[in-house]
Amino acid sequence: MNRYPLWKYLLVVAVIAAGCLYALPNLFGQDPALQISSASGGAPTADVRERISEQLSADGIRVQGRELTDDHLLLRLGSAEAQVRAADELALALGGDYTVALNLAPATPDWLQGLGGRPMYLGLDLRGGVHFLMDVDVEAVLDQTMTGYRDEFRRQLREADIRYRDASVQGTTVRLAFADGEARDAARSTLSPDYLDLGFEAGASEDDQPLLTATLSEEKQREVRNAAVEQNMTTLRNRVNELGVAEPVIQRQGLSRIVVQLPGVQDTARAKEIIGATATLEFRMVDSANFPYRGDADDPVPPGTERYPERDGGYVLLEREVIITGEAITDASSGIDTQNGQPQVNIRLSGSGGSIMNRTTADRVGDHMAVLFKETQIEPRRVDGEVVRQQVETQEVINIARIQEQLGSRFRISGLESSREARNLALLLRAGSLAAPMQIVEERTIGPSLGQENINQGLAAVVAGFLLVVAFMAIYYKVFGLIANGALLANLILIVAVLSLLQATLTLPGIAGIVLTVGMAVDANVLIYERIREELRGGSSTQQAIEAGYGKAFSTIADANVTTLIAAVVLFAFGSGPVKGFAVTLSIGIVSSMFTAILGTRAVVNLIYGGRRGARLAI
Amino acid sequence: MDFFKREPDIAFMAYRRRLALLTAVLLVAAIGFLGVRGLNLGLDFTGGTLVEVGYPQAVELTEVREVLAQDGYEDAVVQTFGTARDILIRLAPDAGQGDALSNAVLETLRGDNPDAELRRVEFVGPQVGDELAEKGGLALLYALGGILLYVAFRFEYRFAIGAVAAVVHDVVVTLGLFAAIGMTFDLTVLAALLAVIGYSLNDTIVVFDRIRENFLRIRKGTSESITNRSINQMLPRTLVTSLTTLLVLFALALFGGELIRGFAVTLIVGVLVGTYSSIYVASAAALALGVSKEDLVPPPKEGEDADDEQP
Repeated sequence: MNRYPLWKYLLVVAVIAAGCLYALPNLFGQDPALQISSASGGAPTADVRERISEQLSADGIRVQGRELTDDHLLLRLGSAEAQVRAADELALALGGDYTVALNLAPATPDWLQGLGGRPMYLGLDLRGGVHFLMDVDVEAVLDQTMTGYRDEFRRQLREADIRYRDASVQGTTVRLAFADGEARDAARSTLSPDYLDLGFEAGASEDDQPLLTATLSEEKQREVRNAAVEQNMTTLRNRVNELGVAEPVIQRQGLSRIVVQLPGVQDTARAKEIIGATATLEFRMVDSANFPYRGDADDPVPPGTERYPERDGGYVLLEREVIITGEAITDASSGIDTQNGQPQVNIRLSGSGGSIMNRTTADRVGDHMAVLFKETQIEPRRVDGEVVRQQVETQEVINIARIQEQLGSRFRISGLESSREARNLALLLRAGSLAAPMQIVEERTIGPSLGQENINQGLAAVVAGFLLVVAFMAIYYKVFGLIANGALLANLILIVAVLSLLQATLTLPGIAGIVLTVGMAVDANVLIYERIREELRGGSSTQQAIEAGYGKAFSTIADANVTTLIAAVVLFAFGSGPVKGFAVTLSIGIVSSMFTAILGTRAVVNLIYGGRRGARLAI
Repeated sequence: MDFFKREPDIAFMAYRRRLALLTAVLLVAAIGFLGVRGLNLGLDFTGGTLVEVGYPQAVELTEVREVLAQDGYEDAVVQTFGTARDILIRLAPDAGQGDALSNAVLETLRGDNPDAELRRVEFVGPQVGDELAEKGGLALLYALGGILLYVAFRFEYRFAIGAVAAVVHDVVVTLGLFAAIGMTFDLTVLAALLAVIGYSLNDTIVVFDRIRENFLRIRKGTSESITNRSINQMLPRTLVTSLTTLLVLFALALFGGELIRGFAVTLIVGVLVGTYSSIYVASAAALALGVSKEDLVPPPKEGEDADDEQP
């Protein structure tokens, strides 16, 4: 007798029912939609919503549904064309204060959503979009940090009247050279209590000068690197928001890399421009003795100053010391001065940035301050027949303004010629608040039409592969083949359900993994059925043959699947992006096929043949 | 339906020495191709830029090449991709401004034919390419190591060596074929190669499992005859599973589109090579290493009937 206890039947039924339920959202598909939010990140207000409705009805675009959440308004539109047209019209009508993002909204019914049902999350190769891998130059940040320390040392030594010969940065160490040991010791006792992150050491240089070295601790170095990457991620997020992308992915990868994925972005050139612009900013004092500057590009400059080109032509001399960098800017926006109607840019600084600014400008009212914009680009150059990628830094002064009063953490730059200039300056200031230079080291862009094509082709491959296997199994194993086919279908449904529940990304290689699983999942049934045939040939009774077939094949199936699972797990650990997708579906497929092919088919076989003593097996 | 009305009886192991020669020739040829011609590494590993552009009508490749050459992209490799309306442009990593290159290329093409539609861009920096290649190699090694451990744990070290020998054989022969026909080797193909490892192992394990069972069950017969019998017993299963897997792989190759074809072809080759190797590399190696009944029969426990032991 081959009978399962009731709970096993119930388990099989329950798992498959749950699978069907959670696979269901994928049948409803997704609606082209628009996601509208204000630039500050909230949902549009009631009167703006009114304006949106009016605008759309004026353009003859029908909205099929609208949903309001805390941070955006979602409009469902009938077709992709209506979506794109509506996006253009609304972006024009609402202006820069709102972002209008193209989106795909799941059309899952509410009751199903309530149960947590969501369609599979499609990878970029299926929905179209851009994938960037950015590399943050953390060493440059460390360098910048150490230069900052050096500048502070100089100031403090000057204030304490301690004479030094030279101050330089070597890696993560600041070297201070002195004329005599006394000055060195005085410097050490002045500086070391203020800088707990630095390890001070007295020594002598190669030419026997007294030397004081200050080295940044390992821990602090790590902190600086992490902060740089985090800061860049924040800035990237803000920039991506400017682009209007519905579900951007911005993730840290490893020590110094950031992954940026922008689904549905069609204008990749613009995206790259905004994402890839690697810019930093410095606020510096203009050398008041030489302002305006009349010298040439080759003239020697007075000590303590550096010469930079101005954006509109000409040069200007700036003091070497950096007051604050773009890192300290928390916000910059363009506006109009309410008193005289002139365009201006409002700047907000972080707390520490504000106090530095406050200290520096206290006795410099009336002097000029400049904003130096540095953009880093990576350009390949040919050196001795070898291609070397070099960083090229373009530096220019984008604004010079007179300090009218002591500045704090909020101040404005006025005297701008047009509101357009104000907008541009604000944009540059925001863009410049990146802590470290970044470069794109990998890009994968898939056009939207190719994404849809990939979905169609993947689906066709799954269906064709499935039908071929199903037909073969039905012919070769008759009733048992049909049972295996049922298990195969259940397996497909389970894979889709698990992918939907986990919201794991489905990619094109992922679909290939599903197809491969379809081919390999029947292996378990083939092993069992061949074993049953063997047992029957060996003279076993039907019931014994079933029992032995399932029993003896089990360890074989388990061994075989575990080894494949090892390969899949290794793939997941080492693979990137699309390959990971393959590993995920393959792993899910292996586990779910064990369930359906062994437990599932046994339940059905038991129900059909389990109670019939002398039955002939249609195998 | 049944391929074999009764248990097949093919003397697989009788040919094992002659086929070892064939295996050796295959391996030498594969290594030769790999050494002389090398793998046609894809963008993922070499770094560089790839742009796929779609046109509403078929375009002449020479025309596209001319347009590109006019704007200074003489080194661009231009080929069709799937249909005559899709073209693929590859640029070496040193050809230009890195990630800005794709936009420049598209602009050039649009200048000539405004209907050109950007379908796909892949840019991999040289540094990332090296990393991907290194990671890929490591993945292969770790997968092999993990499998070796598992099989040694579940069976016996001689089986583990046989299984890994078979897997190495599959990987080398498949790679050799890639080198021979010059097919592009990229990340998807690497994934397929790891799937081949999984599949080939599946096959090997199934046969090993039966060999182990038969060693314990059948009291008479040499190691060779038992191995042979085991392979024969598993032959119907081997054929059916290979067939179903090949069916879906052909479906994938035919309908899955151009992007996935390399993956499907790799697996098709791998399934064929893997089926061969599980018999003539894995089992033959285990036999050659001297796997015998005594290695697998657990030591007799106290009080067990001594008559059960065979002389």
